[in-house]
Amino acid sequence: MSAIRLETQALSRHFGALNAVSDIDFRLDAGARHALIGPNGAGKTTFVNLLTGVLPPTRGRVLLAGRDITGRTQAERVKLGIARTFQINRLFRGLSVLENVCISVAERIGAASSMFYPAGRRTDVIEEAMHLLETLKLADHARRRVSELPYGRQRLIELAIAIGLRPQVLLLDEPAAGVPSAESHIILDAIERLPEDIAVLIIEHDMDVVFRFARRVTVMVSGAVFAEGSPKEIEANREVREVYLGQAVNG
Amino acid sequence: MSVAAAPAGPAAGAGPLDHPAARVLIRRHRLRWWEALPWIVALGVYFIFPDYLSFGAELLIAIPFALSLDLALGYAGIITLGHAAFFGTGAYTVGLLAFHGLWSEPITSLMLAGLAAAVIGLASGLVLLRTTGLTLLMLTICTMALLGEAANMAHDYTGGFDGLPSLPIAPVFGVFEFNPLYANTQYLYALAVLFVCFAFVRTLVYSPFGQSLTGIRENALRMHAVGTPVRRRLVICYTISAAIAGIAGALWAQTNAYVNLSALDLDRAATVLIVLILGGYGRLYGAFIGAVVYLALEHFLAQIYPSAWQLGLGLLLVAIALFARNGILGLGATLTQRYAVWRAAS
Repeated sequence: MSAIRLETQALSRHFGALNAVSDIDFRLDAGARHALIGPNGAGKTTFVNLLTGVLPPTRGRVLLAGRDITGRTQAERVKLGIARTFQINRLFRGLSVLENVCISVAERIGAASSMFYPAGRRTDVIEEAMHLLETLKLADHARRRVSELPYGRQRLIELAIAIGLRPQVLLLDEPAAGVPSAESHIILDAIERLPEDIAVLIIEHDMDVVFRFARRVTVMVSGAVFAEGSPKEIEANREVREVYLGQAVNG
Repeated sequence: MSVAAAPAGPAAGAGPLDHPAARVLIRRHRLRWWEALPWIVALGVYFIFPDYLSFGAELLIAIPFALSLDLALGYAGIITLGHAAFFGTGAYTVGLLAFHGLWSEPITSLMLAGLAAAVIGLASGLVLLRTTGLTLLMLTICTMALLGEAANMAHDYTGGFDGLPSLPIAPVFGVFEFNPLYANTQYLYALAVLFVCFAFVRTLVYSPFGQSLTGIRENALRMHAVGTPVRRRLVICYTISAAIAGIAGALWAQTNAYVNLSALDLDRAATVLIVLILGGYGRLYGAFIGAVVYLALEHFLAQIYPSAWQLGLGLLLVAIALFARNGILGLGATLTQRYAVWRAAS
């Protein structure tokens, strides 16, 4: 059960004199439901960018299932099983909802470089994408252009594209950010229904979401791990309350 | 639940592939009846307006050039203002081979021209496509300018500013005479080449590869995050696009029986961009509509108003930019949609 899926060793990234991420040793087990919290500017998104290969680290290593992937490109890491969503939607806005998911599924099963037959003949791709939309209760919107959908649904498509990659490790960067609270349950329901064995790391500001979802919580402050433990331990940790939770409750 | 014109879900018991959204994707590549129209019209012109065949051939050459740009710009979103680089490479390949007595068989010359343009496209694409936006735009212009200057300076081979006149082009299949006096041969030859190019591009844009190009155009950053080798796909697309532009340039050199520096200057690159924007980019048939409208305007306005025909064209472009961002085809699509909504409402 506790096979390590993703691990970092002394992972660091400096921007000039700023240590955005410094010496992080982190592990994510198979089936993990792990939350990464911390004040703005703590380096959470930079950390995710290091995991996915958007940024090269200044120092340290990233291991996926024991294999060093530090030098791999973003696309290669996706093929190896790391998928992510973005804090700000990155969707194919001019395309239909179904096409958005088809792009991700086609890429995963290696259909996307074929030139000499119509995409419409890959019914396996379309069927899987459609099925995924049904499980996310997006099927009614499948034909609509993404840019026409309300923001909450767009956030769900952000998630659908990542799930279509069938990742082993899924990194969710504030999945419910900007979604009106009346709609945020559709995102949270979808996250709770993710396949059990995916290792999920969620960056989140909303403590209700964190405590509902996470079985383990890491607190980052100023680019370093400040505390780590179960949600109860974190909630009970005085220092964490002072640097972070207090702010969140008051502000 | 949803208010807009979203279709109802599939009937109970139907599979995911029966959903209207899935059916759209499954059927999208199928030929529609109106897709026969351009070819019927083109053949009709051949029989009905024999006096217009050399004008027609010019049109039939402009279309594959615009089509090649559509593949790069319209589908993959590669911002370029230097596509004449490949048109010119194709034209000079034919010109150099024929003028120096090396090779004059037209069909193999076309293939060689396409190959030469593809090599230039691949080599420049590997460098250019690391950049985006204005930098990319500038670099495409620079590439074209470099080639233009090279053609100018290699005076001994290319004729420099004067170009290469009176190219000897061998008869097609060794039978059909090929020179500007035989417009009917040229017309049918250009039509056949266009058909092959079009069939290829059409297959490509509806293929999974073509869909992934559309994804890159819509959001290249996200494509990286779904595991797409974005730059490799763009370089492949750019190379194919260059080859088709090269074939169009070769066709131009063959039908005119000369090559000069105008084959790879900014004027030509800008014209093809205008043709594509006029017709509507990313729509496959925008190249057809744009080329017909542009050349017809040029031809007839120049007859009526020899001194100021470009004024009329300019006004049309302003109108397109203001009222029909997606070109004539885009305007057509918008009007069709509005009509459908209006009909559904009344």
